[in-house]
Amino acid sequence: MASRVVAIIMGAAVLAAILLPLGAVWSASDGLVRPTADDWASIRFTVYQASLSAVISVGLAIPVARALFYRHFWGRDVVVMLMGAPFILPVIVAVLGLISVFGQNGLVNGVLGYFGVKTVSIYGLQGILLAHVFFNLPLATRMVLAAWGAIPTERLRLAQSLGLSGLALFRIIEAPMLLRVIPAAFAVIFVICLSSFAVALTLGGGPKATTLELAIYQAFRFDFDLGKAASLGMIQLGLAGSAAVALTLIGVRTDLGQGLDRPVLRIGDPVWRIILDVFHIMWAAAFLLVPLGMVMAYGLWGISSLGGDVWIAAGRSILMALASTVLCLGIALCLMHKWGEVIGSLGIAISPLVLGTGVFLMLRKIGNPFEYALVVTLCVNALMALPFVLRILRPAAEDTRAHYGRLAQSLGLSPWAWVRWVLVPRMARTLGFAAGLVAALAMGDLGVIALFGTAEHATLPLKLYQLMGAYRMSQAAAAAVLLVGISLGLFWLFERLGRRYA
Amino acid sequence: MLELKKTVVTQGTFHIQLPDLAFDPGVTAIMGPSGAGKSTVLAAIGGFIALRQRSLFWEGVDISQYPPSKRPMAVLFQDNNLFPHLSLFRNVALAVSSKTRLPAPQAELVEQALSRVGLAGMGERRPSDVSGGQQSRAALARVLLQDKPIVLLDEPFSALGPAMKQDMLDLLADLTAERGATVIMVTHDPNDAKRIAHKISVVDRGTATPPMPTETALATGGPLAGYLSG
Repeated sequence: MASRVVAIIMGAAVLAAILLPLGAVWSASDGLVRPTADDWASIRFTVYQASLSAVISVGLAIPVARALFYRHFWGRDVVVMLMGAPFILPVIVAVLGLISVFGQNGLVNGVLGYFGVKTVSIYGLQGILLAHVFFNLPLATRMVLAAWGAIPTERLRLAQSLGLSGLALFRIIEAPMLLRVIPAAFAVIFVICLSSFAVALTLGGGPKATTLELAIYQAFRFDFDLGKAASLGMIQLGLAGSAAVALTLIGVRTDLGQGLDRPVLRIGDPVWRIILDVFHIMWAAAFLLVPLGMVMAYGLWGISSLGGDVWIAAGRSILMALASTVLCLGIALCLMHKWGEVIGSLGIAISPLVLGTGVFLMLRKIGNPFEYALVVTLCVNALMALPFVLRILRPAAEDTRAHYGRLAQSLGLSPWAWVRWVLVPRMARTLGFAAGLVAALAMGDLGVIALFGTAEHATLPLKLYQLMGAYRMSQAAAAAVLLVGISLGLFWLFERLGRRYA
Repeated sequence: MLELKKTVVTQGTFHIQLPDLAFDPGVTAIMGPSGAGKSTVLAAIGGFIALRQRSLFWEGVDISQYPPSKRPMAVLFQDNNLFPHLSLFRNVALAVSSKTRLPAPQAELVEQALSRVGLAGMGERRPSDVSGGQQSRAALARVLLQDKPIVLLDEPFSALGPAMKQDMLDLLADLTAERGATVIMVTHDPNDAKRIAHKISVVDRGTATPPMPTETALATGGPLAGYLSG
């Protein structure tokens, strides 16, 4: 069958795109040598910060999720939606926002200074944790909230009619649910933070706060020691790869879940409980909104003063993001089978920097790798988004196949006619959502491009990073507003297109 | 003549032992208690469940290994007969072509099929914009246009009210009779069979009877007696 041939070719291509660079990294590294003392420090720090990030995120998420589950209030849906937004928010923008709240001249230090307290630095472990919690608290909240929502309503009503409350309710219903979801949420966030690069790049550094990803970047950019970068790449691959495999084996799924509703009506809760819940929702919303609000407030006015190079970088980023989206969805449509999802999921186990290092080593043999910066970024972004996209698309595709497969078979629709007349129209909404995610992720990516990027190939996030490095903060804030606007705009546009054709 | 040779049809852990069955032109109903495997037998004939080699013959040719679209059959399923996102015209047109712009002669054929089932001028509507009966008519129009000598029906009108269902059965019987088509129809309603079937095959207890005249099957003491009274 023609479609099967296409699927096999595409699967092989994706596999090659992942394995060939890994092979290049392997052969450039010194093989299985013992890590140096510095390497050990990076390994220890990587694991340490990832564990702490996960513990803090999940710990803080539980009361927030609980409050969101039990409280009915106007705007609750908006808050739940807000919890999904950091996924498509460019990391560099969030970092800029956190700096403007918690940085040297930020809001918090301003208040502390007023009372004569010594200022706290945002750079180092505490800054990395802050940023990781900013991104993963919402993810953890959504996972825990989903688990709360998955408790059958009848069971909660039964508990209410039996008069179970407080501790009894917790022991009988909530604790077992939490015991199941907490390890899952912890594991997902731990794996994400193991490969965190942009946060470590902007807020970490120095001997005490260098993650493996950052060490790869430094070996590459500062020392141009490709052998060392490759060796570190192997260590990173072993660490993040085995964690990701373990994650898959224990069957944890990162659910981007779209809506979780049906809040349960609670009558007769003590007042302190309600006040506590309101407090949790307020600080969580403030923690997410204030940093972004600060950037927006600073940056909005500066947009007109942005230099031409920033606008050109923005245009370059948009083209790259659109190409990534087309490539990623094209691959995904060919790989919507069980083993296709397995191949596609390899992207989770491999960090963009390791992949980028491998591609660089390969390209070096045929020319100047820096010339290919955008093409490489585009492809790596497509590969990195693939696991999420496949996870979103596959259920919809299987649904369509289950409903209309026989009819299509009896009509003898060609594979192309099936895609053209049935699959794409039926899945328009899901496709739009997935395309929006890829475009926003690619738009905000600061990963491989940092390895390869030169002034003439800079994307908007890289440009923003360079502005921050030069302490041109008002320009950086303006560029951040532009970046957020385009990222969210692309997401909105694709989502909208999908709805239109659904 | 469509001939099914003695064989076993398997779906998961469910087996049906079939004797030689022959279907001649006209409507043959497949009846039996629910869960007995009526739809399974139909799915095997339609090519949706694998059949052994040399177990299904059309005019003497072994078609048991043909994919569904290569079999001389059009199918009406219980539901999902129309793609909800496509217009009635496009749904019917898929029987002959999946081109975006249909050549004029083919477009003409589609319009004719729509008029034959009483849907003239309604081609641009979507399935959700018309009644259940009209949806069934559109599906029937497509079956007409597919122009296959065999038509398989899996309780296709069961969602319609009784009067509407009788209309559709009559329309189906008329349209297929004028082409001398062989119709095999799964139904649980003896009235359907009485109305348009000239033969009935009874599926029960893991096997099936060869088609017998409708009156015999439905007669008191016939093979369906227990089922009818129960």
